[in-house]
Amino acid sequence: MDFRPKIVAFLCNWCAYTGADLAGTSRIHYAPNIRIIRIMCSGRIEPTFILKAFQQGADGVLVCGCHPGDCHYQEGNYKCLRRFKLLQKFTRQMGIEKDRLRLEWISASEGKQFAELVNDMTKTLLSMGPSKVKSSLEVEHLNV
Amino acid sequence: MSSEQTNLKPKLKLAVYWGSACGGCCVSVLDTHEKLLDIVAAADPVFWPIALDIKYKDVEAMPDQSIDLTLFNGAVRNSENQHIAQLLRKKTKILVAYGSCAYMGGIPGLANFSGKSEVFERAYVETESTKNPERIFPVTEYPVEEGTLKLPKFFNDVLPLNKVVDVDYYIPGCPPQSERLIEVFTAIVSGAQLPPKGSVVGANDKTNCDECKRTKSENKTIDRFYRPWEIQDDKETCFLEQGVICMGPATRGGCGVRCVEGNSPCRGCYGPPPGATDPGAKMMSAIGTMINADNPEEIDKIIESIVDPAGLFYRFSLPGSILGRKVQ
Ligand code: SF4
Ligand code: SF4
Ligand code: SF4
Repeated sequence: MDFRPKIVAFLCNWCAYTGADLAGTSRIHYAPNIRIIRIMCSGRIEPTFILKAFQQGADGVLVCGCHPGDCHYQEGNYKCLRRFKLLQKFTRQMGIEKDRLRLEWISASEGKQFAELVNDMTKTLLSMGPSKVKSSLEVEHLNV
Repeated sequence: MSSEQTNLKPKLKLAVYWGSACGGCCVSVLDTHEKLLDIVAAADPVFWPIALDIKYKDVEAMPDQSIDLTLFNGAVRNSENQHIAQLLRKKTKILVAYGSCAYMGGIPGLANFSGKSEVFERAYVETESTKNPERIFPVTEYPVEEGTLKLPKFFNDVLPLNKVVDVDYYIPGCPPQSERLIEVFTAIVSGAQLPPKGSVVGANDKTNCDECKRTKSENKTIDRFYRPWEIQDDKETCFLEQGVICMGPATRGGCGVRCVEGNSPCRGCYGPPPGATDPGAKMMSAIGTMINADNPEEIDKIIESIVDPAGLFYRFSLPGSILGRKVQ
């Protein structure tokens, strides 16, 4: 069966989501592998959201916020960056490869960059194959 | 039966069982000291391997729902733990996951950072005191002249009790504070209205930080993390503000913050506070924001000083956490 990577993306309302919207209104073709969740600020993203996405079967998780210095709420994207880096240290310990979890900055005018980012991440995940987080928790692995 | 006896309130039937446990939880029941006499006055222990010689077949012979209260401690690691968990579920009215191991996997749950083959390799081949060049491993069945010898099957994963059977209540702690057990027990004996099924009992609705007496300031920032032995604790300031990781913000109160009272940071044995399901995620969220740097390299440098986030943040809770285990 064809492997179609599933990417869950958390995009901040003010920059990244607007950038993704621009990709759409500009009719840029890009990989359909992404499921976008809009949040007000990247600083609102809890590690729980990202872990849940993997648990539910995401092959990759993408977090996008405004470029440093451009956060609508001034500090949110720095908060996001700090948490993200700590979370990524943890997820790597848990055997989730680094490229499955990405943080990128996308401004409201970067529709093209957003489309390229999604294409690029899809390509990487295609070469990596499906995430094993969910299957690791299935009964045959627990060996019960 | 004399009329005097029939007037007595019938005694509760109590079972205490250990699955994959260290014994500490059973000892915490004994640690109720003279109150143990009150417990035994109100309840007959009908099954309790650490204290009574009652066999599995005796439990199997008991009518269903005939045990009023079971305190199941320890995680589920093998088919024996699973079998007894299922058996006790059938025989018991109120099944309590007692202690961190039964609640979220506890210390044995750290084995979910690896799997059965790694555990066997370490235990039966690599340990310094082991000589096993033929690589002989335990098997579940072995035929001998007299018949077949059987051993329980060792699972690949450590599971919290609720992954195997329906659980009525959770009492957290490694082990739970004996005083908390007495409170819960007294409530059950008195026939008081019990909280909704699935509740964590014998603990509070706040975090350890809410109860902690150490001084805290509003703006916590951290320039580097220290392991407890790397600093001279001033015995007054919040551990986190001194740069020592303390699980207080991600841990349910109820123990009396006893580790911090003893000048040691909290390790999180009471599990996540209400509203949080994953203590590590909660901790990463809390600590992440305190890191005092904006550029990626500096952030990395500060994070480097947290040597083992997975082991530290999930010391008592890996099997019950969102990811549950290391990817395999
Ligand atoms: S919760 Fe702690 S004291 Fe209880 S069995 Fe587990 S390791 Fe031992
Ligand atoms: S982090 Fe630890 S030391 Fe600081 S307030 Fe919370 S429980 Fe107390
Ligand atoms: S302070 Fe933390 S680790 Fe110590 S007993 Fe309380 S909850 Fe457990």
